Amino acid sequence: MFESLTEKLESIFKKLRGRGLLKEEDVDAALKEVRLALLEADVNFRVVKDFIQKVKEKAVGKEVLESLTPGQQVIKIVNDELCDLLGGKNSRIQLSPNPPTVIMMVGLHGSGKTTTSAKLAKFFKKEGRRPMLVAADLQRPAAIEQLITLGSQIDTPVFYSKDAKDPVALCRESIKKSKLDARDVLILDTAGRLHIDESLMAELKHVRDAVSPKEVIFVADAMTGQDAVNIAKNFNEQIGIDGIILTKMDGDARGGAAISIRAITGKPIKFIGVGEKIDMLEPFYPERIASRILGMGDVLSLIEQAQKTFEQKEAEKLQEKILGETFTFDDLKEQLKKIRSMGPLENILNMIPGMNKMRGLTVDEKEFVKIEAVINSMTFAERRNHNLLNGSRRKRIAMGSGTTVADVNRVVKQYVELKKMLKMFKGKKGIKLPKIMPF
Amino acid sequence: MGLFERLKDGLAKTRKGFVEKVESIFTREKIDEDTIEELEEILITSDVGIHATQEIVNFLRERVKKGGIGDSASVKESLKKEMISILGSSSPIVLFGEKPFVILTVGVNGVGKTTTIGKLASRFTSQGHSVLLAASDTFRAAAIEQLEIWAKRAGAGIVKHQSGSDPAAVAYDAIESAKHKKTDIVIIDTAGRLHTKSPLMEELKKVRRVVEKATSHAPQEVLLVVDATTGQNALRQAQMFNEAIGVTGVALTKLDGTAKGGIVFAIKKELGIPVRLIGVGEGIDDLRDFDPEEFVEALFD
Repeated sequence: MFESLTEKLESIFKKLRGRGLLKEEDVDAALKEVRLALLEADVNFRVVKDFIQKVKEKAVGKEVLESLTPGQQVIKIVNDELCDLLGGKNSRIQLSPNPPTVIMMVGLHGSGKTTTSAKLAKFFKKEGRRPMLVAADLQRPAAIEQLITLGSQIDTPVFYSKDAKDPVALCRESIKKSKLDARDVLILDTAGRLHIDESLMAELKHVRDAVSPKEVIFVADAMTGQDAVNIAKNFNEQIGIDGIILTKMDGDARGGAAISIRAITGKPIKFIGVGEKIDMLEPFYPERIASRILGMGDVLSLIEQAQKTFEQKEAEKLQEKILGETFTFDDLKEQLKKIRSMGPLENILNMIPGMNKMRGLTVDEKEFVKIEAVINSMTFAERRNHNLLNGSRRKRIAMGSGTTVADVNRVVKQYVELKKMLKMFKGKKGIKLPKIMPF
Repeated sequence: MGLFERLKDGLAKTRKGFVEKVESIFTREKIDEDTIEELEEILITSDVGIHATQEIVNFLRERVKKGGIGDSASVKESLKKEMISILGSSSPIVLFGEKPFVILTVGVNGVGKTTTIGKLASRFTSQGHSVLLAASDTFRAAAIEQLEIWAKRAGAGIVKHQSGSDPAAVAYDAIESAKHKKTDIVIIDTAGRLHTKSPLMEELKKVRRVVEKATSHAPQEVLLVVDATTGQNALRQAQMFNEAIGVTGVALTKLDGTAKGGIVFAIKKELGIPVRLIGVGEGIDDLRDFDPEEFVEALFD
C-alpha cells in the first residue's frame, strides 16, 4: 500500500538532500511535489491543501537542527504532520462495563463489513471474550448466509432470522439473546448503504437508538478516492461514528483515504484489514504508516512480525553459528523457511527501508522453492562444506533438484556472499534481520 | 421513468457538485489563470486523475493563449469536446459470433460484480435472450446463494458446484451446458480478488484458458467491474487485470452516490479500455449502456 507515494517523496527529498541550504523556494518546490503525490494518492483535495499549508508554516523560517540536513528537516516536519493527521496514538475498541458491548458496523456497499465483522469476532474470541454476530443486513441477497458461514468458520454463534424484515427489531432481539447466552460482545453487521440514501440512513439511526452501541465502526475501503470525505462526513454527522476500520489494505492502493477520513471525522482508525483470511486484521499504527509514506520503511512492523516467527532461542543459536562461522546450507534453508512463513514476500520487502526502490528485483516465490530444492539435493557433507561442490557434484545436484547447473551455481554464489556478509556482523551485537535476505 | 431520465436522475448528484462548481466558474467574464487552476481542482476532486486532468487543462490553456477562446461559454464547449474525445465513441456490449456469447466478469472485492451480473442477466432475458450464469465465485461465503437469487429474479439458468470447488470447472460446465441447450449468453461470476495477488490472478488466467478451450471463440467479453467510489487505484486494477486476462470493457458501478466516477477518463486515456455499462441504482433496471456524449452532456447540462 502506499509504495508509489513513498517512491515519489523519496525522489523529491533526494533532490533536497543533495543541497546544502534549504531556501524558501526549495520548500515550495518540494511541497508542490508533495501536494501532487498526495493528490495522486487519493488524499482529498482540501485535506491536502490544509496539510501543505501547515507544513509550509512550520518549515519556512524554521531553524535547521545541526544534526539534520535541510532535507531531513523537511521530511521530519512532513512526517510529524502526517502522524498528527493520522491520529497520534493507536486506539482500541472500548468495551462496555455492562455487557454486552454492542459494536455496530456501518458503511457503503462492498466496503467489507461482513468480512470485517467476522474478523472482529475472531479478534475478541482470541482476547477471551464471547462474541456473537448479528446478521442485520436484510438487504443484500444471501448476506445472512455469508455471515452464518463465516460464523461457523470461527466457531462463533450468529443471531439471524431469515424472515426478518425489520433490522431494528432484529437487533433489539439480539441483545436479549446475548444476555441469555452470556455473550459479552455483540457485533451488528448492518446492510451497506449510500450515505445520501435518506430512508436507509434513517433506518440506521433507528438501529443505533434501539441498541445504544458502545462503538459505531465505520468500515471504509482503502481504495476510496476523493469522495471518501463526503461519505465519512455523512456517516459521522448522521450516525456518529467512534472509530474506523480500513479494509483491503493488502492491495496496492496508495491509501490516501486513510488521511482524508481521519482528517474529516477526527475519529481514530482502529484496525486495518490486510487479507481475505479471517485472522487478517491488524491494529493501525499511525507512526508506521506515516513513516512508510515517507520512505523510511516500516521497520517497526517488520521487527514485530519477525519476532513472532523467530523465537529467541533460535535467534541465539543462529547468532552463535554466525559468530562461529558455521553457517551451513541447512541454516540457509531454515532461514528461508522462516522468512517465507512471515507472510507473502512482497509484504515483508515493502517494510524494509529502500526495498521498494528495488522493483527490478522482483522476488519470485518460486525462486525460494528452487533454492530449497537445490539444497535438498545436496549431501550432508556438501551442505556443511561448499568447497566440495565441484563440477560433477553440481551437475548431480542440478539433476536431482530438477534445476540447471546455472541455478545451482547461483544458489552457491548467493550462499557464499551471504556467509561473507554475515561474517561482517561478527562483533556487532544482535542480528540484523533484513541482511539475511538472499540478495 | 424512461432510461434517459433514469440516467439523469442517477447522475443528478454527480452533476450537482461538479456542475455547480464548473458553472460558477463559467459565469465569470474573463478567463484567467485562476479560472483554469480552479478547473483543475474540480477535475481532481472528481477522481479524473492528475494526468488526465493535466491533459485537459493544458489543452484549455493553449486554446486560451492562442486566443481561440476568450469567454466562458466557449471554454465550456471546448472542455466538453475535450472530455468527450478522451472517452471516445460509445461502445456498448454487442453480441456477436457463435453461441454462446460468453461474458467473463472480474474485479476486486466488493465492487458489485454479482449485482451487476444480476442486472445484466435481467436485461438480456427481457430482450428475449436465454442466459446462463456460472457461479465461479466459489470462494466467498454464500456467493453462490447470492447469484442464485439473482438468477431467479432475472429468469436465468445457473450452473453451480460446491463452495470451494474449481472456478474454471464451473465455467467449463456452464459453457458445455450452454452449447448443449443452445443458450445465447453465458455470464461467468468470479470471486473478487485484489489485482496484486498473483496466485488469484493465475486462477483467473486458468478460467480464461478453460473458457477458450470449451469454445474456440470465447470469451467475447471480459468485463472489469469498477466501483465509482474508487480513486486512482482503479487504473491499477484495470492495468493488472488487463495484463492478466485482457479486459475488453468496464462496468462502472455505484454512480448513484456522490462519487463522480472521473476515473473513467483515466482508464480510457491510459489503457484505451471503453466503459460499457454504468450502475446508477440498486434496482434490477438500474444498469445502463455508457454513452460518453450523454455522460459528459449530463455533467454539463
